[in-house]
Amino acid sequence: MTSIDPAFSERAQAPVQEANQARAGIWLVGLAATASWIGVAALIELWPEIIPQPYGRELAIIALAIALAVAVVAATGKLLGPVAGTVRYYGPWFIAAAVLMAAWEVVTAKTGWLPVPFFSSPQSILEVFFDDWARLAESVYHSVLLLAKGYFFGALAGFLTGVTIGWSRAASYWVHPVLRLIGPLPATAWLPLAFFLFPTSGSASVFLIALATAFPVTILTWSGIASVNRDYYDIARTLGAKPSFLILKVAIPAALPHVFVGLFMGLGTSFAVLVIAEMLGVKAGLGWYLQWAQGWAAYANMYAALLVMALMCSGLITILFRVRDWSLSWQKGLVRW
Amino acid sequence: MVALTVEAPAAYVAAGQRIDIEKVSHQFELEGEPLPVLDEVGFSVEPGSFVALLGPSGCGKSTLLRLLAGLDHPTEGALKVDGTVVGDPDPSRILVFQDPTLFPWRTVWDNVALGLEAQGILKSSRHRVDKAIELVGLGGFDKAYPHQLSGGMAQRVALARALVNEPRLLLLDEPLGKLDSLTRLTMQTELVKLWQEAGLTAVLVTHDVEEALFLTQRVLIFGPRPARIVADITVDLPYPRHRGDPRLAELRREALGHLGLAATW
Repeated sequence: MTSIDPAFSERAQAPVQEANQARAGIWLVGLAATASWIGVAALIELWPEIIPQPYGRELAIIALAIALAVAVVAATGKLLGPVAGTVRYYGPWFIAAAVLMAAWEVVTAKTGWLPVPFFSSPQSILEVFFDDWARLAESVYHSVLLLAKGYFFGALAGFLTGVTIGWSRAASYWVHPVLRLIGPLPATAWLPLAFFLFPTSGSASVFLIALATAFPVTILTWSGIASVNRDYYDIARTLGAKPSFLILKVAIPAALPHVFVGLFMGLGTSFAVLVIAEMLGVKAGLGWYLQWAQGWAAYANMYAALLVMALMCSGLITILFRVRDWSLSWQKGLVRW
Repeated sequence: MVALTVEAPAAYVAAGQRIDIEKVSHQFELEGEPLPVLDEVGFSVEPGSFVALLGPSGCGKSTLLRLLAGLDHPTEGALKVDGTVVGDPDPSRILVFQDPTLFPWRTVWDNVALGLEAQGILKSSRHRVDKAIELVGLGGFDKAYPHQLSGGMAQRVALARALVNEPRLLLLDEPLGKLDSLTRLTMQTELVKLWQEAGLTAVLVTHDVEEALFLTQRVLIFGPRPARIVADITVDLPYPRHRGDPRLAELRREALGHLGLAATW
């Protein structure tokens, strides 16, 4: 749990680094990054393409814009606040990205060393974003909506089940064997049955995503509740606590760090189920977009959709990190993040 | 350490409870075998007095406190508080553990407020929380989290968490056992002050002979498990006491004798 987000602690050290550079006066890495992105722009603009493609000019402008942004940060120092700090922290990454971009550009659009259409050039992916953004945006909307529904119900069901079996011996007696048998089964194994049993493929997918989410959340909530220090209950009881207080104000807050581990695991598995459900049943969403693009051999669209999907998933994970940091702020200093 | 400068608030002056323990025996089940821990223990404690239960570790003193708190029930015999048999836990009798056992997700203030919140009377008695925090000398630490406190401070919070309920019986299970020796000496003096100001009955479980004699008016010495009382020493010294008092040294020799350690003196 401590190693899930290493960047979090690393980035905390960035201000120190930043202060050192501010004292030195010139941000050398920033200047190098600016130069390399200008180089990328020049390469795109000046080296003729082997197969002429649209949006080469736009791509060069974007590269110049990146160069300009980095240059502004390098010139203004700390005036731009935390944004500048983040840009400075990722300074070396800006250079690396420029090198990768240039290499990618050369082996695809400029020389055609990598075979078309399986490998797309940067500008052909840009073309997808310019010309097909509406469909992509709609796909993201459908994916997020479907995921949110399934994840919400799954997390809620998992949490409630976990608390119940963690608290009640009778519930544990009956639920535990069922969990042991059904839990490890991948949610995708239910897919054919779910599409048959549920009235719509949408509701079937919500069920499958919920199922995939619920299992890890249940197990970790349960183990969290079960590992609460017994003394907490004794303390609360001598202070006059009733059972409802023991559950809501003692057991659940104490188990929350475990619950969040379960929520992270559940989110990870729910992504897999989401994509498969969209590919096989639901006629919308990024999974469907991937399938559809493959059907048309539109490889650039696939790369674009993969990129969007990566941004979506990591964005959702980031949101969950924020929620965890906010709800478990008491743990700061207690646990190394 | 913060000096205790607050005068006794009137709210904390409540009559202490009387304890009558009648032929209490208790046993645990350990791998199917009964393990006797208390053997026909019987004694009474006058309201408002400060009594120590002294004995080798693991002899069953702490079990007796849990029985008094109502967390467990004796196999045989009866524990009466103010003439009534002890039933379920009640905020009038509060147990303070060796570990402060603060809730790490709650601030100092919220930890102290725990009892009032559990009893559903926090809204009308928030000032009592502030007062209790002041009383243990932790004013200004309201918003600190337990992991930011030293061992001594955490134990003070645990005391405030107990005192805020205006208990009439304070059960102290080696509350200073894990503190460093200097903090321990300071806290001993403060415990006596708190007891005097609150006017409650206090029962202290300890295996520290000096602590028992320095703090309390009466020391009950337990033999090894299953525990029974082997001696009942009255500490006839007024407060404030001095650690170098020759009478304390005398009583200490007597106590160690009952514990079978006379040769070490």
